[in-house]
Amino acid sequence: MNKIWFWVPIVAGFFALLPFVAGDFYVNLGSQMMIAAIFALSLNLLVGYGGLTSLGHAAFLGVAAYLSAWFTTRAGFGHGTAALLSIIGTTMCAALFGLIALRASGLGFLMITLALSQVLWGLAYRWVSVTNGDNGMAGLTRPMPFGISIESAASFYWFALIVTVAAFVLITVFVSSAFGVSLKGTRDQSRRMAALGFNVWMIRWITFIYAGFWGGIAGLIYVYYNKYIHPTSLSITSSAEGLLGVIAGGSGTLVGPIVGSVLVTFLKNYASSYIDRWNMLLGFVFMFIVIVMPDGIVPGIRRLAGRLKEPRK
Amino acid sequence: MPMQFWIIQSLNSLALGGLLFLLASGFSLIFGLMRIANLTHGAFFMLGAYFGATALRSFDWIDLWVAAIGSGLALAVIGGFLERFVLRKLGNNPQGQVLVTLGMSFIISDACLVIWGGDPIPIPTPHALQAPTFLFGFAFPTYRLVLVGCAIAVAIALYLLLERTRLGAMIRAGVDDMQMTRAIGIPISRLFTVVFCLGAGVAGMGGVLGGPILSAYPGLDADMLPLALIVVILGGVGSLVGAFLGSFIIGFTYTFGSALFPDLAYVILFLPMIIIIAFRPQGLFGRRAS
Repeated sequence: MNKIWFWVPIVAGFFALLPFVAGDFYVNLGSQMMIAAIFALSLNLLVGYGGLTSLGHAAFLGVAAYLSAWFTTRAGFGHGTAALLSIIGTTMCAALFGLIALRASGLGFLMITLALSQVLWGLAYRWVSVTNGDNGMAGLTRPMPFGISIESAASFYWFALIVTVAAFVLITVFVSSAFGVSLKGTRDQSRRMAALGFNVWMIRWITFIYAGFWGGIAGLIYVYYNKYIHPTSLSITSSAEGLLGVIAGGSGTLVGPIVGSVLVTFLKNYASSYIDRWNMLLGFVFMFIVIVMPDGIVPGIRRLAGRLKEPRK
Repeated sequence: MPMQFWIIQSLNSLALGGLLFLLASGFSLIFGLMRIANLTHGAFFMLGAYFGATALRSFDWIDLWVAAIGSGLALAVIGGFLERFVLRKLGNNPQGQVLVTLGMSFIISDACLVIWGGDPIPIPTPHALQAPTFLFGFAFPTYRLVLVGCAIAVAIALYLLLERTRLGAMIRAGVDDMQMTRAIGIPISRLFTVVFCLGAGVAGMGGVLGGPILSAYPGLDADMLPLALIVVILGGVGSLVGAFLGSFIIGFTYTFGSALFPDLAYVILFLPMIIIIAFRPQGLFGRRAS
């Protein structure tokens, strides 16, 4: 644990240097990676630590983004109030979805989360009077936290980096706490945990809400970055990208989701400058990762490092 | 609201319910036997619609029924390949299998976009069925009546297959207790392929039969898959009767929701699902997961 607290400021400081050495294109790419990383970190709480594979996590990203867009443009609230209300709204939405989805576990959970997020996706498309349908909501602005402008690529990148570090630290604290250990217990041996007197359902529900909260934070940063929101942000592709980040990096590891989502974002941008078939590529990468590297990159490297350290007998 | 509205919307609900059954019955059987949520199923439906549309455009002698059967067979073959050569590799990892089916659905839907472009391709209603049918003084679109009939015919055929044949008995045994079934020497792995082909084939056929109403368009898979998921969650996994009843419940909820509250039709879909999940998490006809 202490080793992580030693490395966080060093790695964060290292990342903070990016705007000094790279152009705006790469700095913006960095911001997108940060957003994807927060999203994957929150999803990893469910997938990696809770053993609950969700295919509907984009719901929370989208709800927070739409709420923020609606509160700032239609209701005329300031950014501070709007952000607060959006996060509260998203967290309440997560609480409700959790109530429904956690009636099941395993594949039932996966199907229900997928169905719920698809319902929201359809709603974003069709409830034109509120969401502006397929045109999306444009003309949004970025906030000025503590009076500092985050309009430039570099300042937004640092803003996103600070939030990512906060997310990483708070999620790490969450999973290393006694509660986090009991969460892993429900993942590995839910019956035994129940027999030991733990309320398995409540542990999962609280985790679901916490994951929804951080999904909402990712949505806020996402809508600040793009200044635009469209129903595709709620789509199954969006959920699947997040899930791919988690699985590719290594679900149930602390840094895996960050590594994975950095790679996915990089691949998405790199590929889309050559071909416009991102969905197909995403499908192939998905199959490749699941079939060839089911554990993900971080556990893979760790295993490799372990093998190098102690020579074979 | 005039009487005509209620009657026509009810018929539309039945037609949508019939289509959903063609999609959801295969999904439910595959899930029941193989414990895989086959997320490619919506893509099978869409691919079927595109195959049918292309066949109808290219050859004069093909009518809708031939196209539907041909599409169904083609999808059964494709489904069989995917099951044998991709899903089989991940035998003991249901989550991995589901993610692979998700990846395949992305590939198929993007490939359809490349091949058939972004514009919807209409599938014409057969000439003989274009004139409306008059019943009790109301005019009904004939094709929708026939579609409901087709769905019921498929339902009966599947029911007979499952309940009255040796193959059906083996499938039911596999759904109930796979290990015991395998232990008494029933070739479960061959059953998996058969059921997967069957499910994919019925979905592909459904895509063509739904064509005159829905046409073939990019995003058809993403529109249909959640409906099928909700049907299966409602009806219970692995149950044909559940899929049948669930399809019509969702058909009615969605059609009347869209007609009466167009903005909120998708939210109204929530309601039957929430009620069922709250009181019977295993679905109307599902068995408790052991």
